[in-house]
Amino acid sequence: MSKITPNALESVVARSYGPTQVTNLKRVTGGASRETWLFDSTSADTTEHRLVLRRDPAPSIGATGRETEFELLAAVRRAGVPVPQVRLLLETADGLGSGFIMDRIEGETIPRKLLRDEMFTTVRPQLTAQFGSIAAQIHAVPVSSLPKLKVETARTQLDQWTEILDMFREPHPALEFGLQWMRERVPPESEPPRLVHGDFRNGNFMVGPEGVRCVLDWELAHLGDPIEDLGWLCARAWRFGVNRVVGGFGDVSDLLDAYEAASGTRPRTEDLQFWIALATHKWAVMCLIQTFTHIRGAVRSVELAAIGRRVVENEWDLLNLIDGTW
Amino acid sequence: MTERPTSTELVEAVREFLLNDVMNSPDKRMAFQARVAANVLGIVERELQQGAENEHLEHDRLVALLGHEGDLDDLRAELATAIRSGDYGGDRTELLATLKLTALESLEIANPKYANPEPS
Repeated sequence: MSKITPNALESVVARSYGPTQVTNLKRVTGGASRETWLFDSTSADTTEHRLVLRRDPAPSIGATGRETEFELLAAVRRAGVPVPQVRLLLETADGLGSGFIMDRIEGETIPRKLLRDEMFTTVRPQLTAQFGSIAAQIHAVPVSSLPKLKVETARTQLDQWTEILDMFREPHPALEFGLQWMRERVPPESEPPRLVHGDFRNGNFMVGPEGVRCVLDWELAHLGDPIEDLGWLCARAWRFGVNRVVGGFGDVSDLLDAYEAASGTRPRTEDLQFWIALATHKWAVMCLIQTFTHIRGAVRSVELAAIGRRVVENEWDLLNLIDGTW
Repeated sequence: MTERPTSTELVEAVREFLLNDVMNSPDKRMAFQARVAANVLGIVERELQQGAENEHLEHDRLVALLGHEGDLDDLRAELATAIRSGDYGGDRTELLATLKLTALESLEIANPKYANPEPS
């Protein structure tokens, strides 16, 4: 696979914009499995396009392929969901791997800045409602307009995460208690299944001083229960130290009010509670996955080692959630 | 008799070295890792002080829940298995309260601020 260079990108971009000059190419960090590159493309008539390349060096487990993500972004944008306009899919002949190019939307995604910077003081109280109405928009996208996506229900996810937990052969009574509690409260299945973003949370919203500009990172999108997105959004991990349930920004009632206003349906509190519990359980297991990467020696790192002692944070959150404290 | 410095004091000394010296490294990644490493040593210090007592408390609670003696790892595994299989027949409210106590004690070692976040 060739290296990403201005020259290599110029010949790709030419398919849409004609001869161009690519400048300001830089790789941004963040996103472990994929690469994100920012660049500007200037056409002969001096029209400038500010673009992003998303590329997979290697296929990653559980995530959709880049072609699917490209089609998905195009479809949800047609349905009115705020996402960047996709422009070009990499072709095999480009020799650059699997990926696509989309418009670059400027703004801030870093949770701690969104939660604390003065620039967002005015918009902060409005973000919870915006998350609610954008979620409703996503969940209303006609499934027939989408590329083929996996169906992942509450039940299949419970089974999957139980199986992952079992790989570590470590007894965790608190996690077992959580699993049992969830098994007794699996929400009725959404029929038919709806589009679920899959990683709808503080960190994946591009925000400006006026509000949410777009929703990023669609690689975990699937079909299932829409309330999964609201539960994930409310997990404590995404509050970044600010003690408000919805990503550190606001309260559940504001989220549900906005969701109801946009969708016509008010999610049941007990279903939201179930999905926050499952999100928290996943977090606990993800901490185990990371720390065992260190323990078993695949990657030795003090950071990964330390994460093992964060399992109990999620156990604590899970037990409190069950006890009625969100 | 305990030799000085104690293991807690030795760990503390290394933690202070990380915080005061390594964390000032101009290499940002090194400084970040040093902060993580210092936090890890904070966990070790607290565990050296409270760990044995916590294990003792958890053990006694498990004995009370399960109704028989055993060592901590075995009792913990037995409870996990009993909950998974649905064989745990005791009172759920009591079980939840017990699990919360154990989690809270682990948090006091792993991340003492976590259970009492500052109000927003």
